[in-house]
Amino acid sequence: MSKALLYDATLCIDCKQCEAACAEKNHLPYDDAIAAEDRQSEHKFTVVLAKGDKYMRRLCMNCSDPACASVCPVAALRKTPEGPVIYEASRCMGCRYCMIACPFGVPKYEWNKLAPRVQKCTMCADRVLAGQPTACAAACPTGATKFGDHDELLNEARRRRNDNPEKYVDRIFGRFEVGGTSVLLLSSIPFEEFGYPSQIPQDPLPLFTYRVLSRIPDFVPLGGMVLGGVWWITHRREEVAAAEGATEETGSSSGRER
Amino acid sequence: MRPKLTFWKLVFVFILAVGVYATFVRFTRGLGGSTYLSDKFPWGIWIGFDVLCGVMLAAGGFTLTAAVYILNINRLHSIVRPTVLTAFLGYLLVCVALMYDLGKPYNIWHPLIMRNPHSVMFEVAYCVMLYTTVLALEFSPIVLERFQLYKAIKVVRAVQIPLVICGVILSTLHQSSLGSLYLIMPEKLHPFWYSPLLPVFFFLSAIAVGLAMTIFESSMSAKHFGQQLELPIIQELGRVLLVVLAIYGILRFEDLMHRDALRLTFRPGYETYLFWIETVLTLILPLILLLQKKIRTSAGGLYATAVLVVLGFITNRLNVSITGMESSAGLRYFPRWTELSVTALIIAGGFALFGLAVRYLPIFHNHVVKEQTLEEPEVAVPAGVLSHVGD
Repeated sequence: MSKALLYDATLCIDCKQCEAACAEKNHLPYDDAIAAEDRQSEHKFTVVLAKGDKYMRRLCMNCSDPACASVCPVAALRKTPEGPVIYEASRCMGCRYCMIACPFGVPKYEWNKLAPRVQKCTMCADRVLAGQPTACAAACPTGATKFGDHDELLNEARRRRNDNPEKYVDRIFGRFEVGGTSVLLLSSIPFEEFGYPSQIPQDPLPLFTYRVLSRIPDFVPLGGMVLGGVWWITHRREEVAAAEGATEETGSSSGRER
Repeated sequence: MRPKLTFWKLVFVFILAVGVYATFVRFTRGLGGSTYLSDKFPWGIWIGFDVLCGVMLAAGGFTLTAAVYILNINRLHSIVRPTVLTAFLGYLLVCVALMYDLGKPYNIWHPLIMRNPHSVMFEVAYCVMLYTTVLALEFSPIVLERFQLYKAIKVVRAVQIPLVICGVILSTLHQSSLGSLYLIMPEKLHPFWYSPLLPVFFFLSAIAVGLAMTIFESSMSAKHFGQQLELPIIQELGRVLLVVLAIYGILRFEDLMHRDALRLTFRPGYETYLFWIETVLTLILPLILLLQKKIRTSAGGLYATAVLVVLGFITNRLNVSITGMESSAGLRYFPRWTELSVTALIIAGGFALFGLAVRYLPIFHNHVVKEQTLEEPEVAVPAGVLSHVGD
């Protein structure tokens, strides 16, 4: 049973309770200065952005088939069946491939530490596994951020948009993007205004590498055989030439010249 | 001769001093205090140059061992040792560079036990690790010969052909996979460089650079270590280089055309300029030069072409890893002095180690003589075909 978050920007009042709850849950500092920061960082996993009286949350989308988890060489990032994409700092060696692969620019790095970690929203994995909603959803006073079953929330998002088509842009962000995400977004203005990528594949990104990577198991024995075969042929020629040279021992040594 | 030597020694000492200080800065202040890397631009010159270019420049190792041992082109045999030495040093230095770039370098061994076979980086890590081992073994006869451990040499020679085959397969995999690293970011990497054919391009260009580096090194060795320039060998390499570049060029432009990116190459802009610098250096100039028989057969012409090709593909790797990523990141990245000086230190270290190896190990000298003495029994006893490999 996969869980998800539905954020409906039209219900948001920019109270930033979700930011505060997120900071508390993840043992991060939170004060007025941090509340004023308008981007995700290694100490701020979610942020409420404002464009006039329109708001939008940014947080880890917890993709269904996440690029970050697929590229991590040591499986420090993992997608759980329940929805959250979790991170295990003790496995991480700090290659930062997850950061460069994420289409939403979510993973952040503790650049100034000597043992840096990747930092991102993990959809309150411990709470979700214990059957509780995420800290941000629990703190939201208006129901703009709602926690629940993925399929039910998707139906609800569709229902809201169908009931008030003039209120929303014609898109549920996270339904198809990179093969679907565990965070669904509704908005009255285009998502690009808040920095969401405008052109994004609908295929899960790991497919782009898997198409190539999946051929390797075939390539290794085949390549070995071809190379071995070529070696055998080229050296066999030499052997034959040598053998023929040996039988014509009577003649000159010109047969040896190549 | 003498003042020139002193000058280069001075440069070396300067690079060493600054590099050691930069190392101190890196490991006391972390990546944030020693680089211009950021959340928006997490991979810089240490990945773009030290790793991507480092592995590419070491490609001569697998190209030449395949030509000599698998295709049995014996004429090239005399340059196997310096080429394998370069490759081995190259891979060691890539590993050194990774110790700087990784956030937690002491966890570099984690891929050994924490596997994610879906990760290109995992595959690259494994291939590089195994191939460095293969190169160490391919290089070992030279060291063993120095200490006259002939029994050990026999053991290595017995497995030489399987080793070479492993090396070629591992190189094919990770040279191409360094391109595959970027397949997962179709929306981030600029269309001049993002292509489903990235792994093919990286592999073909690795072969081209492998050939160019071999030409370059042969010429340099001729100049600095008093070796006779073996012109027919270099001509042979030049011919193959022409073919590889032609194939690469056709594929590269067909791919741009099919992705509808060709027309973008005539729209002025930052990426366009760098694209054309790369294209002029990798394709246009080398092809013009190599197509003329006079240049293709002259040592100077081949040397110049090799330099162009190497510079061109260095530009290509930096374009993929840096230029092509800047627009989507929304910033311009230029490395900090610490990043540059660590890179300079690693390059200088490579040159110094090469010089030391040439001085103390049988890389060049007596080589031609040895080969002739081994030629006789090899022809008489076909089973002893293996006996000369590893020289």
